[in-house]
Amino acid sequence: MQTRLAAILGVLILACVVPLSGCKKSPEAPAPEAAPIKVGAIFSVTGPASFLGAPEAKTVQMFAEKLNRSGGVLGRKIELLVRDSGGSPEKAISLAKQLIDEEKVLAILGPSTSGESLQIKSICQEGQTILLSCAAAEEIVVPLASYVFKTPQKDSQAAQWIFNTMKDLGITKIGVITSNTGFGKGGKTHLEQMAPANGVEILVNEVYEKEATDLTGVLTKVKGAGVQAVVNWSIEPAQGIVAKNMKQIQLDVPLFQSHGYGNIKYVQGSGEAANGTIFPCGRLLVADSLPANHPQKALLTEYKRGYESRYNEDASTFGGHAYDAILILTEAIKKAGSADPKAVRDAIENLKGVVGTAGVFNFSAQDHNGLGLDAFEMLTVKDQKFAIYQK
Amino acid sequence: MDFALFVQYALSGITVGSVYAIVAIGFNIIYCTTGIINFAQGEFLIVGAMTAISLAEVAPLPVAILGAVLITTTLGAVVELVFIRQVRNASVLRLIIITIGLSIVMREVMLHIWDEQVRSLPYFTGTEVSTVTILGAHISPQVLWVLGVSAVIVAALTLFFRYTTTGRAMRACADDRMAACLCGVNDRWMVTLSFMLSAGIGALAGCVVSPITQTQYDMGAPLAIKGFTVAILGGMGNSMAAVAAGLFLGLLEAFVVSVLPSSYKEVAAIVVLLLILVFRPSGLFARRDVSALRAA
Repeated sequence: MQTRLAAILGVLILACVVPLSGCKKSPEAPAPEAAPIKVGAIFSVTGPASFLGAPEAKTVQMFAEKLNRSGGVLGRKIELLVRDSGGSPEKAISLAKQLIDEEKVLAILGPSTSGESLQIKSICQEGQTILLSCAAAEEIVVPLASYVFKTPQKDSQAAQWIFNTMKDLGITKIGVITSNTGFGKGGKTHLEQMAPANGVEILVNEVYEKEATDLTGVLTKVKGAGVQAVVNWSIEPAQGIVAKNMKQIQLDVPLFQSHGYGNIKYVQGSGEAANGTIFPCGRLLVADSLPANHPQKALLTEYKRGYESRYNEDASTFGGHAYDAILILTEAIKKAGSADPKAVRDAIENLKGVVGTAGVFNFSAQDHNGLGLDAFEMLTVKDQKFAIYQK
Repeated sequence: MDFALFVQYALSGITVGSVYAIVAIGFNIIYCTTGIINFAQGEFLIVGAMTAISLAEVAPLPVAILGAVLITTTLGAVVELVFIRQVRNASVLRLIIITIGLSIVMREVMLHIWDEQVRSLPYFTGTEVSTVTILGAHISPQVLWVLGVSAVIVAALTLFFRYTTTGRAMRACADDRMAACLCGVNDRWMVTLSFMLSAGIGALAGCVVSPITQTQYDMGAPLAIKGFTVAILGGMGNSMAAVAAGLFLGLLEAFVVSVLPSSYKEVAAIVVLLLILVFRPSGLFARRDVSALRAA
């Protein structure tokens, strides 16, 4: 038995060592300039976060195909290696290691969720591989890791927009309800920290199960506290249930949701009850109603049309984050004039005024997100459609 | 707490409790005839609701629900014929584990048919925003539908098990399979029938609760766990007790939320379940002497 175990171990060790040593030779040989640039992507195409990962994977594939048809970047094609993590951080770690060590990719696009991104942050940093995360958490770029960037707007900016709107409406007493997920927890922390400075008092602060199918109990507590508005920070399906339950128990105060509400399907899920919901979001959802001279108008309408005609489903802001990630990478390669990881990384830090779906990116050595407060717009739901919120 | 708020908590408890109750009823039928706890019951609910949602696109709502119930009933029969009946020397434990496996398979198949999106049936009366006002508090009319349908199911089941030959034969199988066989009851078909009944009732439950809970392919398991808790709480095998226990648990959770942070409501539910298991293992509403006789 023991000898057999030893034999298995031996084979395993060999299996680990051989391909690694085999691969190490390839970068020494100078790659011909026409060789494709390898770019990895880790998205949760299936699993509980598939509503993020599926449109992200589709978007980068669409982008890369279009780019390669028009000759690629620096005369080289982009070879995209899309991997599905199923939303699991453990799987994301092994996929990241594989992409870095075996495939020697220049950069990794994604992952879709904050949990996965934080897990592979240090791996990419050590492997000197550029990471362009499509997840929201601020911790991805604070503290700064020189090779790690992210494309979606920050949670704290979303919270700031919510507080600004409350100021306009004269709201000072609110109820905060969040789901017990990483996303909900992040939102709760930001709302708690920023409320005093914005002159808002949180009267009720409750956390609920992410599988909750009815929230009238929590909302009754909110109603009893006499709040002027409710903030819900969660993902589906609770986003829809909150809106319905508030109307059902006749809690007639404004409902604010997070920037995770950016998918028209969530609105359809709660029907009439969704009307009047206010939330901060990128401009993709209201691309058609932007003024013609808005800097993002042309890009947003083009992406939206392209995506919707090709995949026959509504574009969401999440796919947009992946669009921004691959856009920033190709712009940086152009600017650096090479596909050397160090040069491209430096180039990203010097990118200014790149128009993306989330906003206009201005990166710097200190800011690896590059988006300002103006990347958000307050949206509302009118007749079960998204519209720009008017004061 | 003022009176209107008190009533509002109570109504919220009834909303949640009615969903627990209607799920628990399905568990009881299969348990009654076979002693099996069917852990795929939650999936029957979701299959029913999803089928109804798909059918509702082409047919009026009542037809869609009827169709979904029939399709899911057939599915229940197929599941029993293909998986449960083929097991030789089946111990109850082995069959229970098979139902766990079935639930996983059904969940994955549903993911492929209906993808991962959250859907729901339209409200049976009114819309998302309509409410019924009771003593100054508000409740969705759909909750009344859930309660009404539960009541009808419980009444129909009671009549069926008490007064029809088939119903009596099913109960006889549960009590003593050998004796029932000797009296000419086809015990195998009774088991199939119990799976069909429970799948059909599950589908109907799934349709009625869908506007409240919404429906997603992996929602069956959490619903089934609560339903199972309630079935135990009331005493396995007793549908009327299951409804009472469901409402009791819902009310308990709602009033726990009123004084404690809402994250503690699950703790309260589990503590009550443990207390019941320790002090009244045969359930809240079971008569002790009856269960003692059964155990003997």
